[in-house]
Amino acid sequence: MKVIKHSFDGVIVGAGGAGLRAAIEAAPHMKLAVITKLYPTRSHTGAAQGGMSAALANVEEDNWNWHAFDTVKGSDYLADQPAVDILCKEAIDSVVELEHWGLPFSRLENGKIAQRRFGGHTVKEGEAPAFRACYAADRTGHMILQTLYQKCVSMGVTFFDEFQVLDIKIDDGVCKGVIAYEIATGNIHIFEARAVTFATGGFGKIYKVSSNAHSLTGDGPGILYQKGIPLEDMEFYQFHPTGIYRLGILLSEAARGEGGILRNKDGERFMERYAPSIKDLAPRDMVSRAIATEISEGNGAGPNNDFVYLDLTHLGAETIKQKLPDITDFVRTYVKIEPINEPIPVQPTAHYAMGGIPTDVNARVLSDATGTVLPGVYSAGESACVSVHGANRLGTNSLLDIVVFGKRAGQSMVDYVSSTKPMALSENAAEDLTNKIENLMDKDHNLEFSVPRIREELQDTMEENAKIFRTEESLEKQTEILTDLRDRYQNVTISDKGKVFNTELLEAIELEYLLDMSDTTVASALHRKESRGAHSRVDHVERDDKNWLKHSFAFKNDASVKLEYKDVELGNYEPKERKY
Amino acid sequence: MDVKVNILRYNPETDRKGHWEEYILEADPDERILDLLHKVKWFDDGSLAFRRSCAHGVCGSDAMVVNGENMLACQVLVKEVSTPIKIEPIRGLPVVKDLVVNMDSFFDSYKKVMPYLVNDTEPGERERLQSPEDRDRFEDTTKCILCAACTTSCPVFWTADTYVGPAAIVNAHRFVFDSRDNASKQRLEILKDVDGAFRCRTAFNCTSACPRGIQVTKAIEDVKRQTLTIN
Ligand SMILES: Cc1cc2nc3c(=O)[nH]c(=O)nc-3n(C[C@H](O)[C@H](O)[C@H](O)COP(=O)(O)OP(=O)(O)OC[C@H]3O[C@@H](n4cnc5c(N)ncnc54)[C@H](O)[C@@H]3O)c2cc1C
Ligand code: SF4
Ligand code: FES
Repeated sequence: MKVIKHSFDGVIVGAGGAGLRAAIEAAPHMKLAVITKLYPTRSHTGAAQGGMSAALANVEEDNWNWHAFDTVKGSDYLADQPAVDILCKEAIDSVVELEHWGLPFSRLENGKIAQRRFGGHTVKEGEAPAFRACYAADRTGHMILQTLYQKCVSMGVTFFDEFQVLDIKIDDGVCKGVIAYEIATGNIHIFEARAVTFATGGFGKIYKVSSNAHSLTGDGPGILYQKGIPLEDMEFYQFHPTGIYRLGILLSEAARGEGGILRNKDGERFMERYAPSIKDLAPRDMVSRAIATEISEGNGAGPNNDFVYLDLTHLGAETIKQKLPDITDFVRTYVKIEPINEPIPVQPTAHYAMGGIPTDVNARVLSDATGTVLPGVYSAGESACVSVHGANRLGTNSLLDIVVFGKRAGQSMVDYVSSTKPMALSENAAEDLTNKIENLMDKDHNLEFSVPRIREELQDTMEENAKIFRTEESLEKQTEILTDLRDRYQNVTISDKGKVFNTELLEAIELEYLLDMSDTTVASALHRKESRGAHSRVDHVERDDKNWLKHSFAFKNDASVKLEYKDVELGNYEPKERKY
Repeated sequence: MDVKVNILRYNPETDRKGHWEEYILEADPDERILDLLHKVKWFDDGSLAFRRSCAHGVCGSDAMVVNGENMLACQVLVKEVSTPIKIEPIRGLPVVKDLVVNMDSFFDSYKKVMPYLVNDTEPGERERLQSPEDRDRFEDTTKCILCAACTTSCPVFWTADTYVGPAAIVNAHRFVFDSRDNASKQRLEILKDVDGAFRCRTAFNCTSACPRGIQVTKAIEDVKRQTLTIN
């Protein structure tokens, strides 16, 4: 295998919103490379639809404290409140900065950025839904991704497109660089870099029905987990209430923000029973549970009673065309119905990882539950857990998170690089990786141990046993299944032995990350004997603040997972019962 | 139902030139063309190469030629195309392997047109204002996902690959008509060049190829007209 060496001060892995925002901050101050397995503009940030919250108060009175209150309440009090304050306070400047860089937000008549309502966002601590989400029709993420990339192009940032990072080098607790695989050639590249940021996005592909891209396989968290770094709050995985039935393609909460209504098979607006004050705009965990409950009680629609309807028919053709053009096009393309006239079949879809690589508010990666910083390693965006989303993220807070903490990651890289000296990596730094690849290439292909077989079983069983409602029994069953899948993965084989665009090889390596993400999700969920936010235990239905106002840290322990806990950082808001 | 799919295969490590392979696949009429490619890759021949990510028409990875027309494989359903389904890489860019082409020159052209907002005036602490009408003038071209379906359907581009191509002009349009931008003149100078907008022969292939429904030919015409306002 050909090995090529590069020397940089800093490397950012991932070119979604978080990675690009970090790059803009860091590039002027160091020799920087952004490495991405997809072309930057193909990152899944581009799929985000509804909006990005900031208390701009363009439509009505608002302030960032109310935004913080909603975020903490939405998180079921698991978010760290000092971090939430930063998120909501810096939101305002972050949106304005994006606008200055060219982001084409939708506008109000007076020329200011338009804002819409979104689930869980309220004025005056719960009084009424708030107009807080800044948006560009229903393609806000696309515009953010394009704008940040455009800014990087204008700055001449160095990109390595379609290079996949597969290893990090940490010697004696200090970061020295990463190893990447060039997809077009199969060459191995050693990147010396003393500051490395992981902004690799989520891992929704552990489930069968998901709004996530095929590329969202948890690479950053997986690479670090395999090096002994813990993953935080993995039991909290968000299911978005409105994925297109069976396909999982997302229909943004903006649809309900603009007035859309959920109905069961009898046409009943069932959210009135579950969240009397804000109804369809309750936070996602509640709405997804409500849908799952309707379905399990036989109120689902269709021959199998397994979906509900998202009804937009009363909004009118003009609102739909102006404000929800893309998502209604998805319905026309994939379901072949006209949402102006007909309600849309939907079901909850695996959507967002609240958990991930533990970081402090400066995006510095923590290597244990006591807050020890791992020098030179940073993470931001969906791959990271700060934690600002706690047990349940509010819609529009992730696009915010990626720019606020992406920027902070860039700043931390600058601070670190300016106070340290370059570190060398030896010529054989890529050996672990080349051995791993050669091992996969040398094994004869055996269909029984093919990647798609193992992956399909993983996704099917995670869907069945570790989705919205969980029990000790379902989680124990899944633990056994995962042990078996892990054993089979030890023998995984591929048929493509070529060097050029061997994506089968990469899918095999990604499958290991998916197994890591599943192991930690299931182990953390099994241990947490309470229900909080997105984690609903049918056998422990109450939230238990006395014992569980804690973040979980899942460590790799040979073949199993070891758990430690860290207290939540409280602030202005005492945990209260969560009612809407 | 069984569906016959023909894919133009090429592996630079073993083949001198491309060749057609036929696959008979069990498929549901509601499945996407991308699902068929996954079936081949996952359950028949793992070496089949194609790009994909989002699987619902928003990332721009999987533009390819299906039954002679450019489209995103994830955006078209089996029941919408006639069989046998013929799938080839997009034209005019060098093939790397199977359905994967080298995108370097495509992105180089994009970068040539200054695809970013230029405005050196002090913006102040809050957003710059823009009326909904001004915002609307470039709405259509903000939708571009850089999939290359337009550029690689253009007969001018096939014969003169120095032509910046429709996608780059679309991205120039997005800034030329943005009331907040101050660099239209420089951008239009670039597009007045021999390899710029005037190469367009209004074949309209690009407009029918665009998976985002952008009026690509109209955008090119708008830009051409705008170049006449500078001197
Ligand atoms: C359909 C959908 C709609 C959404 N709508 C909203 C919304 O309206 N509001 C909101 O706030 N949030 C929304 N979200 C959530 C939000 O969009 C994401 O959480 C966020 O965009 C993630 O950004 P990121 O930068 O962390 O990761 P991504 O944008 O996913 O980028 C990941 C990057 O990492 C790279 N990468 C991954 N692995 C490797 C590797 N091994 N080597 C090299 N590169 C690698 C990829 O190439 C990519 O560039 C939505 C999510 C989805 C799926
Ligand atoms: S204009 Fe349309 S076809 Fe051309 S690159 Fe953009 S999205 Fe693709
Ligand atoms: S896979 Fe993203 S556009 Fe088709």
